[in-house]
Amino acid sequence: MTTLDPDRADPTQVDSASSAASTGASPSHVEVERATAASRVGAGLALVAVVVFGSAPLWARTSVLRTLIGFFTLLALATMWNLLAGYAGLVSIGQQAYIGIGAYGLYWLSDSAGLDPFAAVPLAAVVAAVISVPVAVLAFRLRGGYFAIGTWVIAEALRLLVANISQLGGGSGVTVTAVSGYDRQTRIYLTYWLAFTVGVGAVTLTYLLLRRRLGLALTASRDSETSARSLGVDVYRVKLLVYVVAAFGCALAGAVIYLNLLRIQPDAAFSVNWSAFMIFIVVIGGVGTIEGPIVGAILFVVVQETLAQYGAWYLILLGVIAVAIALRARHGLWGLLAERTGISLFPVRRRLKLPAPPTAGGSR
Amino acid sequence: MIGGPPLLDVSGLDAWYGDFQALFDISISVGEGEVVAIIGANGAGKSTLLRTIAGLQPRTAGSLTFDGAALAGVPAHRRVALGISLVPEGRRIFPSLSVEENLLVGAQASRPGAWTVAAVLELFPLLGDKRRRGGSQLSGGEQQALAIGRGLMANPRLLLLDEVSLGLAPIIVRRIYEALPAIRAAGTTVVVVEQDIGQALRAADRVYCMLEGRVALEGVPAELDRDQIATAYFGVRA
Amino acid sequence: MTTANNLVQGLLLGGLYAMFATGLSLMFGVMRLVNLAHGDFAILAAFLALVIVDGTGLHPLLTLAVAVPAMFVLGYLLQRGLLNFAVGGDGLAAVLVTFGLSIILQNLLLELFSADSRGLDAGAIEDTSLALGRLNVGWFPLLTLVTGAAVLGGLQLLLARTRLGRELRATSDDPQTAQLVGIDHRHAFAVATGLALATVAIAGIFLGTRTTFSPALGPTRLIFAFEAVIIGGLGSLWGTLAGGMVLGVAQTLGAQISPGWGVLTGHLVFLAVLAFRPSGLFGKPVTT
Repeated sequence: MTTLDPDRADPTQVDSASSAASTGASPSHVEVERATAASRVGAGLALVAVVVFGSAPLWARTSVLRTLIGFFTLLALATMWNLLAGYAGLVSIGQQAYIGIGAYGLYWLSDSAGLDPFAAVPLAAVVAAVISVPVAVLAFRLRGGYFAIGTWVIAEALRLLVANISQLGGGSGVTVTAVSGYDRQTRIYLTYWLAFTVGVGAVTLTYLLLRRRLGLALTASRDSETSARSLGVDVYRVKLLVYVVAAFGCALAGAVIYLNLLRIQPDAAFSVNWSAFMIFIVVIGGVGTIEGPIVGAILFVVVQETLAQYGAWYLILLGVIAVAIALRARHGLWGLLAERTGISLFPVRRRLKLPAPPTAGGSR
Repeated sequence: MIGGPPLLDVSGLDAWYGDFQALFDISISVGEGEVVAIIGANGAGKSTLLRTIAGLQPRTAGSLTFDGAALAGVPAHRRVALGISLVPEGRRIFPSLSVEENLLVGAQASRPGAWTVAAVLELFPLLGDKRRRGGSQLSGGEQQALAIGRGLMANPRLLLLDEVSLGLAPIIVRRIYEALPAIRAAGTTVVVVEQDIGQALRAADRVYCMLEGRVALEGVPAELDRDQIATAYFGVRA
Repeated sequence: MTTANNLVQGLLLGGLYAMFATGLSLMFGVMRLVNLAHGDFAILAAFLALVIVDGTGLHPLLTLAVAVPAMFVLGYLLQRGLLNFAVGGDGLAAVLVTFGLSIILQNLLLELFSADSRGLDAGAIEDTSLALGRLNVGWFPLLTLVTGAAVLGGLQLLLARTRLGRELRATSDDPQTAQLVGIDHRHAFAVATGLALATVAIAGIFLGTRTTFSPALGPTRLIFAFEAVIIGGLGSLWGTLAGGMVLGVAQTLGAQISPGWGVLTGHLVFLAVLAFRPSGLFGKPVTT
């Protein structure tokens, strides 16, 4: 059986979407294959990991749980950023806007409006999603590097706005007191499971999204907008959808982060450092792959835990690595691994399986 | 008109665009003072060959020698200083620059020689009163003349002309080719890539015909007949 | 402070913002590269000036003689050694690399100089002002505006009248064909970045003299520069000066209404321009 991979990362291969979709040439002989042996192994490993980490409150100390909360929320953030930049070609440095909205949304809905804080988390994310629509309309008027700065400006505007609103604590910030209704242990368990759900959910959602036509539409748009448009892909709508999903995801993660930290200040919640973390994780792990943010998040948390005592040097180190990888190994650490071994744990590509060519007069 | 060693010697040249091989084992030579034409259908590799000689083609194998010295590893801008000037396909005038500035920037390599702005404007009078105009405001024929003039400003020993007749009215094309003898008289060797076979055969001392990345025919125009050319051009197999 | 005074302050501030924006505009114009570390290089220059001042007792403005050439060389090497490999493509690499640089620079400065605010003392000139009718115009802000206009004008002249300027414009039009006329495009790009960093060094030192600075201040400078460019309109250097002035006025008038609203007002004006006149006040219509 000859296997053709229609969407290799070759810039001259423009219409991966159409070649995969037009397998109707001889439907009885051509199969579209998605899973490989390695991906089945990957699925198995993922299941094991889910069980192990899902039960973490049963076997881990509180400090470990806090680290894991950090990991899963960063994983969610990185996955969202990857969805935006790696798949939709939208390089945003302003996702911290939605982290802040998630955080302040949590505060306002629970402390001011009296909702249960754990229920306020998803609601805050909905608020963020709604806000992200007009933001996108504005931001999409800019392209490339200027789009990136534009998203940053919007986040900054939000930061200053919030810092000027006294009901939200102004510049000195607020504390989420609504959780005081829970005892410490229950609170941390619930927060952990929320973080776990958000992290695993983000990865799963992205995987499912990309397996469907949205994924093809995105890859096609990323490779060549004009070609994609000529195939009927509504590029604007697709990008808008992705942007809103990413806003929702980042706000979800942001709300959980501050549910854990409890103290919210505008300079921290809306800090561009969140973008730095997201970008470093995804770039080092591997842009445009689902496994990349996972690898990157693990590395990041390890580096952060071990080197944080040295002050800002760990950020400098990560920055240097990220720059080097952005220039020399475009697909990050996971990309390097995948290129060597060809494995893919979360396959979103489609492989065409063609019947063997006739033996007489074959091309090779 | 070959006397002595060739000015340009191409031997066993291969070239690739990514994984796609565009040139296969090309061997041509151009003697000083000659006008050589390269003809062939679309996609035959003519432009690729010129681009390779000019140094714009990243993946190549084989030998390229200019005036006895190997060109391997010499970047494109340095080849201009050596005396190779390519007038690219599609004119490629600099739109942010005026006509005069386009010519001035052509002299970037500062090679000594007879070609100055005045000399170029004398060769192409149609540009004369448009010195200050923006490069993008010219007609097709004017742009082509400007592009050639820009190429001449480098005072090249070897001028490569890529598809100068493309998209131009025949009368304009003829006017462009009328400038060739003056260019030649100044001592420049010229390689012309052309789709207009008649024009190429009239202007050239020798002609190569390329087909699908290979040299299919070589000869003096007077000695080649239509059938030979048609076979080499279209690849009609008997 | 009266509104009229604030208006003048804002206009003068525009000169500083225009200085910041010049380099950003230049790099984008020549090689479509947005340098997210642009503001941080200004702060780097300010710290460089500080080091020189602390070491030699030189007047801050005299440090320009050392800082400007030094930053030019830094910019040249940066482009040649690093950014040339990030140019082109979909622009993702350029954003990532320059953003990474920004983070690295900020944290490096943080480690070397701590987060404390510093200032450059230019002496008497900072405190004196010119009385124009009922307005008090500080000499230093006036000098800043004049310098900003001079930097912009100088760059404009360079691009329009000199051989180097032709080289840069040709390279920005068509880097490949530029090679065909003998231009080393990698060198041209590097010169552009060198010029960009040289101008932002001037901006940084003027900034450091005018107010206090700290390692984390870079990004806001980048944002102001960017806002000035967009408000003024892409593709117009003098538009950038106008954009800087609009931004400056918005900020000072906003601060007059309420101290915390200064910078925010600037952001809101920027967003309004983006919403209702995306090509800027003086820019050519944007074709995406």
